[in-house]
Amino acid sequence: MILVFIDHDRGVIDDISLQGITFARSLDSSIEAVVVGGEANAALLGEYGVTKIHHATHASLTDYTPQAAGRAVAQVVKSASPSALITGGTPRGNEVLAHVGAILDLPVVADCSEIDLSTSTVKRMRWGGNLIEHAKVHTSMMIASIFPHQIAATPAPVSAEVIAFTPELTAQDTLVKIIDRTGEAAGGVTLAEAKVIISGGRGVGEDFTLIESLAGLLGGAVGCSRVVTAAGWRPHAEQVGQTGTKVAPDLYIACGISGATQHIAGCKNSKTLIAINTDGDAPIMSYADYAIVGDLHQILPAIIAATQAAKG
Amino acid sequence: MDVLVCIKRVILAGNTFALNEDHTDIDTLHLGYTLSPHEESAVEAAVRLNEEFGGTTTLLTLGHVDSEEQIRSQMAIGPDRAIVLETDGSEWDPQATANAIIDAIKKEETKFDVIIFGSESADTAGYQTGIRVAHALGLPIVTNVKGLKVENSVARCERAVGNMREIYEVSLPAVLTVRDGIAIPRYPSVPGRIKARKKPMDVFPVEKPAAKIEKVKLELPPVKAKGATMLSADADGAQKLVEIFREIGVLS
Ligand SMILES: Cc1cc2nc3c(=O)[nH]c(=O)nc-3n(C[C@H](O)[C@H](O)[C@H](O)COP(=O)(O)OP(=O)(O)OC[C@H]3O[C@@H](n4cnc5c(N)ncnc54)[C@H](O)[C@@H]3O)c2cc1C
Ligand SMILES: Nc1ncnc2c1ncn2[C@@H]1O[C@H](COP(=O)(O)O)[C@@H](O)[C@H]1O
Repeated sequence: MILVFIDHDRGVIDDISLQGITFARSLDSSIEAVVVGGEANAALLGEYGVTKIHHATHASLTDYTPQAAGRAVAQVVKSASPSALITGGTPRGNEVLAHVGAILDLPVVADCSEIDLSTSTVKRMRWGGNLIEHAKVHTSMMIASIFPHQIAATPAPVSAEVIAFTPELTAQDTLVKIIDRTGEAAGGVTLAEAKVIISGGRGVGEDFTLIESLAGLLGGAVGCSRVVTAAGWRPHAEQVGQTGTKVAPDLYIACGISGATQHIAGCKNSKTLIAINTDGDAPIMSYADYAIVGDLHQILPAIIAATQAAKG
Repeated sequence: MDVLVCIKRVILAGNTFALNEDHTDIDTLHLGYTLSPHEESAVEAAVRLNEEFGGTTTLLTLGHVDSEEQIRSQMAIGPDRAIVLETDGSEWDPQATANAIIDAIKKEETKFDVIIFGSESADTAGYQTGIRVAHALGLPIVTNVKGLKVENSVARCERAVGNMREIYEVSLPAVLTVRDGIAIPRYPSVPGRIKARKKPMDVFPVEKPAAKIEKVKLELPPVKAKGATMLSADADGAQKLVEIFREIGVLS
């Protein structure tokens, strides 16, 4: 049996967790899940092939509480003895697995793309997906997260039984928890979910008006490279890349961005990538579907005008 | 307020990676070294705590003694001292790394109020060293911090989720893992660089335990060289782009 940790935000399950379940099904026919707080979500998890849901409920688990979640998952591991503990590699998924690893003193392998339980070997992503490591894991139980978007979540409906339990938590376990949220009302498209991203790099300079207008016309979001955030030209929330946000929009237009591997790590899953750059040999060119070589300060106004005309 | 920041020297990758002959490592012949932006931001955040509350910042690294270069470059913006857990430069897995860091912290006379890590290392991305250290020291930990304000010994930490920010509060002493952008690193001044050369650096050799996660080999992912279709840099090219916008369904 494989146990899958489910990341949810106040009851809403992250799609990457469903990818984790889908991946786990390729390793074993018996899949159980552990949900901490929120709702058990039996209908949705059953839809993806989970037969049993261990639902941790506790007066202190009203919102995400990382260490307590790790403690609860470790308790399920002990009682249910899975052959592996898997999760989709969301920030919370990786965090909770690390707590489990620390509590049980077991290794945790993050960002896996393949797992072979019979040989205890994995392939995992390094450098944000730019390099693959083959590793042997010396452990009594595999604990692994799956690299996001490695596979698509696909249903395999069964009916799921819910087993509610109350984890034994120490005061220390619940010290760190969410006490508030801000910016909830902020409108606009989030970078991670935008269908269109117009992204600017050093070549744009401090003034992002052209980038903003094209993004506005196409109902998209503004992105940028680290050079831009490090210079303070744009807020860090807009940074795309290995240490910024990883995106996979329908359209990504990279303007004045050279295409360093760490930037590519964040945008290579874009369906259509267009590069605008004065340098026809910039590395970004080899990732682009379409490219325009020239000064973006001349090219963008022409694109904006043509788009406005097309919208009528 | 005494702060410890754990930093790791990593390869400064070019535009592609090249592997050595037996595919066990990156060919570093023509490459330099750097730090993760997460960790550079961590050092800046630590220095700001010292500016606000006084105290010291110590840097700690486990790795090759040549990491001194990265340490000195960070000391130029303020940190007072460094600890190097010296290895032969080969890779340690996160558990082994955490254990060595835990031992080093326990041996310190300074009781750190804040211990800062990057959220994940740039090269191997384990997402766990800080969490393991926090458990071993019995300290609370907030991860992926992108905004920090300390008041009355309580750290108010912000973490980004989509367009929102989650707020966590934790009493010090505590462990934090931080992300690029928590504080934009300042440029070192010339006097800062000169001072950095003379700051104390303690080097302790450490013995590598057997790896729990044993690297067998590395592989380059298939490159999807797309062979970009070139469009002209004029009104014609712009018109062609608009047609592409329509084709892919981003413009109706
Ligand atoms: C561990 C690590 C993590 C990192 N994480 C990230 C990350 O998450 N995201 C990220 O972006 N970077 C990241 N970086 C930094 C990265 O290595 C590059 O330094 C950065 O992406 C370069 O940004 P850039 O393309 O804007 O600038 P440059 O590399 O300087 O490129 C500017 C480009 O603009 C072009 N140009 C100039 N003028 C014009 C013009 N008028 N019109 C059109 N084109 C023009 C130039 O030809 C050039 O190609 C990371 C680095 C490290 C070491
Ligand atoms: N060799 C090392 N020396 C010092 N700090 C390290 C080392 N390896 C990892 N760290 C710290 O732990 C963080 C998380 O690493 P990891 O768990 O490997 O993703 C990094 O961002 C560093 O702050």
